[in-house]
Amino acid sequence: MENFDLLMGGLQSALTPMNLLYAAIGVLLGTFVGVLPGIGPAMAIALLLPVTYRLEPTSAFIMFAGLYYGGMYGGSTTSILLNTPGESASVMTALEGNKMARAGRGAQALATAAVGSFVAGTIGTILVAFFSPALADVAVDLGAPSYFALMVLALVMTTTVLGTSALRGFAALFLGLTIGLVGLDLNTGQPRLTFGVTQLVDRLDIVVVAVGIFALGEALWVAAHLRRKPAHVIPVGRPWMGRDDWGRSWKPWLRGTAFGFPFGALPAGGAEIPTFLSYLTERKLSKRKDFGRGAIEGVAGPEAANNASAAGMFVPMLALGLPVTATASVMLSALQGYGITPGPQLMTEHADLVWTLLASLLIGNTLLLVLNLPLAPLWARLLRIPRPQLYAGILFFACLGAYATNLDPFDIALLVAFGLLGLMMRRFGLPVLPLILGVILGPLMETKLREALTISGGDYAGLFNEPLAVIIYVLIALFILGRPFIARARARVEGSATVEDEKELVN
Amino acid sequence: MSAHDTQPDTPRDDRPARRVDLGQYALAAFMIVVGIYTVFDAARLEVGFADPVGPRVFPYVIGSGLVLVGALLAIATARGSQPEPEEGEDVDLSESADWLTVLKLVTVLLITVATVNLLGWALSGAVLFAGAAWSLGSRTLIRDVIVGLVLAIGSWYAFHVGLGIPLTPGVLDGIL
Repeated sequence: MENFDLLMGGLQSALTPMNLLYAAIGVLLGTFVGVLPGIGPAMAIALLLPVTYRLEPTSAFIMFAGLYYGGMYGGSTTSILLNTPGESASVMTALEGNKMARAGRGAQALATAAVGSFVAGTIGTILVAFFSPALADVAVDLGAPSYFALMVLALVMTTTVLGTSALRGFAALFLGLTIGLVGLDLNTGQPRLTFGVTQLVDRLDIVVVAVGIFALGEALWVAAHLRRKPAHVIPVGRPWMGRDDWGRSWKPWLRGTAFGFPFGALPAGGAEIPTFLSYLTERKLSKRKDFGRGAIEGVAGPEAANNASAAGMFVPMLALGLPVTATASVMLSALQGYGITPGPQLMTEHADLVWTLLASLLIGNTLLLVLNLPLAPLWARLLRIPRPQLYAGILFFACLGAYATNLDPFDIALLVAFGLLGLMMRRFGLPVLPLILGVILGPLMETKLREALTISGGDYAGLFNEPLAVIIYVLIALFILGRPFIARARARVEGSATVEDEKELVN
Repeated sequence: MSAHDTQPDTPRDDRPARRVDLGQYALAAFMIVVGIYTVFDAARLEVGFADPVGPRVFPYVIGSGLVLVGALLAIATARGSQPEPEEGEDVDLSESADWLTVLKLVTVLLITVATVNLLGWALSGAVLFAGAAWSLGSRTLIRDVIVGLVLAIGSWYAFHVGLGIPLTPGVLDGIL
């Protein structure tokens, strides 16, 4: 129960009126950017990094926690009301959620998403609190080979799972790894791929890369394909659920949490698989006939899975210092801004900070529920902002964020370059996450690889001399062999969903 | 949703099978060029003494990987593999792409890069907002300029007062 006491201590230090205000700001901003197209939680945190120059680490992290959960929830709002999942994790929510909204049950869909996110996020955060210290204890003994294998696992999983084409996933990954090479080689101090430009020598700022690829890339891509007629938003009242809805939702919430957390906690790349598995399970278990016509279970399960996986992401981030999503990597760079090195020693050296962060996740989660249930109609109205001004605003804030870090116009130019790269990726259907992870994990991988091989004197057997490393490589092999089955199953589910769509249109 | 790459797509009724997306060849070529450059760039690094891996190995692997994936992409393109352009809330893929708007936006951004130190953020930011809105088809220029000025001056003060970061004042030095 020691962890429980520590978590309570974290809650005490996090629960000041000032911090609650920051949490509220974070939740509101997060939902705001989550509802807006083109920017997600990672972007929002990246843009707010400058606040860390002035705020206490605790306050900054409370704000980020609110942003993170708020952004996720905002994404599900657009899936339900517009049928446009902003990220791969909300695809499954849109399937049933939008049909519910069209049948006039949007309020119930939003409510089950909000409460389900709260339930899953809370359970997930508590699980993080119990698992991370134990994992960190184990991780202290892990050597370079195991770390290297873990990173290979994270990259292989995200590359092959996301999107429909593994080839394009690998294209994005290798482009990202190349971007990660730019700058001084950490061991010998020689510049690589800098073209003699001084600003490139001290490595690229992940914020500029992420904001460029996500926000600018999205804005340019939309500019090329701007929908001339406004999107059809289904008006919605205050979210609420009847007794029947509660009865139908609570089991999917718990099952979704059970799917989401392990997948988030493994460096296995995000919420796509668990949301898909959760949807599939609810569909199999459902005894009713309304699946495919707006079944509330099909919103409750995937939404919970999504948030539980978002909480699970903190396990590798806090215990191993391994970011597995874009959001995690931006949060880690905020930590580094405070002079804190992430890794297994984080739990022992900065225990109070970690517990405060976990406590603030709980607070952010609770505030999300309190603030967003009454505010849902407002968020739905936000979807009607005129597009030219909306994207102009996104460009404005993206440039501001890039410029404010060093006050150097070169950073804006770099942002534009990455924006064009992001545009190209959207045009050719290259997934974004493998690229971002390549940029972040590439340098870490190289360090661990060289550590492992220096110890073994250059013998490549040095990569396999830890049991965990061998186990991970076996897992990777199994996963790659099993991939066609996963792809086929998913195609079947999505295929049948679209077939039902077409039937509806005919009727 | 297309299936795995190695299986040819089942042709649907609404589009002819075997349409080759020529743009993907350009992407493949780009990747191959970048990969080769990465390898060459690494080749001129010096390997220190008692450094079994050295700074070269990793770029070699990545560069070769890029070349390989680029080549595979070219082959897949020739066999009719189509990209799935990303869909989104405001994206209408039914019409052909409008690259002129993209060009206008990039020009506005580059103007910002060129003028931000001279004019200062408060003016450059306003020009950026108004110019971007205009490029995207807004025709309320006066309102956009006013909104841009409010955003830019507001953010200047927010950074200056709230965070203690002096964004460049530029020509407005002393007025702000």
